[in-house]
Amino acid sequence: MTTTTPPADPSRAYQEFVKGIWKENPAFVQVLGMCPTLAVTNSAINALAMGSATMVVLMCSSLLISLIGRFVPNQVRISTYVVVIATLVTVVDFTLQALAPAVHKELGAFLALIVVNCLILGRAEAFAAKNPPGLAVLDALGMGIGFTFALSCLGMLREVLGNGSLFGFDLFGPSFEPWVVMVLPPGGFLVLGVILLLFSVFGTRKAS
Amino acid sequence: MSDLELPPEPGSLRLVATLTIAGLLAGLMLAGAYAITLPTIEANAAAALRDAVFQVVPGTRAMQKLVLAGDHFVLADGKEAKDAVAVYAAYGDGGAFLGFAIPGQGPGFQDTIKLLYGYDPARKVVVGLQILESRETPGLGDKIFKDPAFGREFTSLAVEPDIVVVKSGTGSAPHHVDGISGATISSKAVVRILVTQNQHLLARLPTGDAVPKAPAQGSR
Repeated sequence: MTTTTPPADPSRAYQEFVKGIWKENPAFVQVLGMCPTLAVTNSAINALAMGSATMVVLMCSSLLISLIGRFVPNQVRISTYVVVIATLVTVVDFTLQALAPAVHKELGAFLALIVVNCLILGRAEAFAAKNPPGLAVLDALGMGIGFTFALSCLGMLREVLGNGSLFGFDLFGPSFEPWVVMVLPPGGFLVLGVILLLFSVFGTRKAS
Repeated sequence: MSDLELPPEPGSLRLVATLTIAGLLAGLMLAGAYAITLPTIEANAAAALRDAVFQVVPGTRAMQKLVLAGDHFVLADGKEAKDAVAVYAAYGDGGAFLGFAIPGQGPGFQDTIKLLYGYDPARKVVVGLQILESRETPGLGDKIFKDPAFGREFTSLAVEPDIVVVKSGTGSAPHHVDGISGATISSKAVVRILVTQNQHLLARLPTGDAVPKAPAQGSR
């Protein structure tokens, strides 16, 4: 349980930050947090908003949990983490409702469901609770960027194919017949499946 | 059994205390965030409603809220119940009464559709429609608010006899709405909401001198 704080090592800090963006990307490699990944990526702006909201919650929760981790008895640690995460999600929910009502309306229930995104509890349990606050925030930032990146990829692809637009701007003009299925739930599975396949193919090839 | 050395079990008091403190702090944070954001959230909702009323009754410069009390509508005084049936009286330049904006909601294809429509009692026509909330299928059902042609169906739509949806391109009578091909259920749902509200409310709306005068300058 009690580990001595490792000396500040810039290369380790860099490692912890970078790993979440590509090598251990939460959505494409660890396949965590699939519910928002599939549900709210029907447009680029929704995906970006969801990714950013998740990143904010992830960073705040990792910081807090890294700070309080040592004082929380093992038996109640998960419940304490969930209380922390749920509080942060609700605060983000209120803030978004006040500052960006249109985005809040689009994300709807999925905003509140950030609480059960296993990515957040996963990072809290696997990393934040055992590491100093600085590293925990860097890890969360990397994972958050990776998650936002993954969601945005899906969102942009699905919006371009299914709606002929990107971030709401029309790309192809009126003659384009949108591939509607791409912005419907099956489109989420299709696009995610293809991306996971690519990641897996390249991962295996690199390993061999 | 194993060479794992478990740390000593903490007393239940410590467990309870930890969770209590966590809960208390969380409660404090939530109450704070709620108190800080509530005024902005309410202002946003009021502004959105105002915009919607101004759109469904063209030419609106001012509005006020009326609530159903018993069998007739009275001016809202801010003390009415939150779920009271409400309509909004809309006034144009110089305080001339233009009509009412009437909210309505009902089941759509996927989820509840919430809308607001403008009604001109002098001509007995619907003068505008705005969908406030819906989760209709992208590309199909969402044409109820994305297709301008469907919106235009509601700019001068007679309410007597009851509005009906007809197959796209065959509408001829003033109370006909051209349905959207591919979104029959959604377009019918919108009209059903309008018809229900019309039957329920139109007879109870104030007429003639009973219509409240326009609010003083700058009022809501």
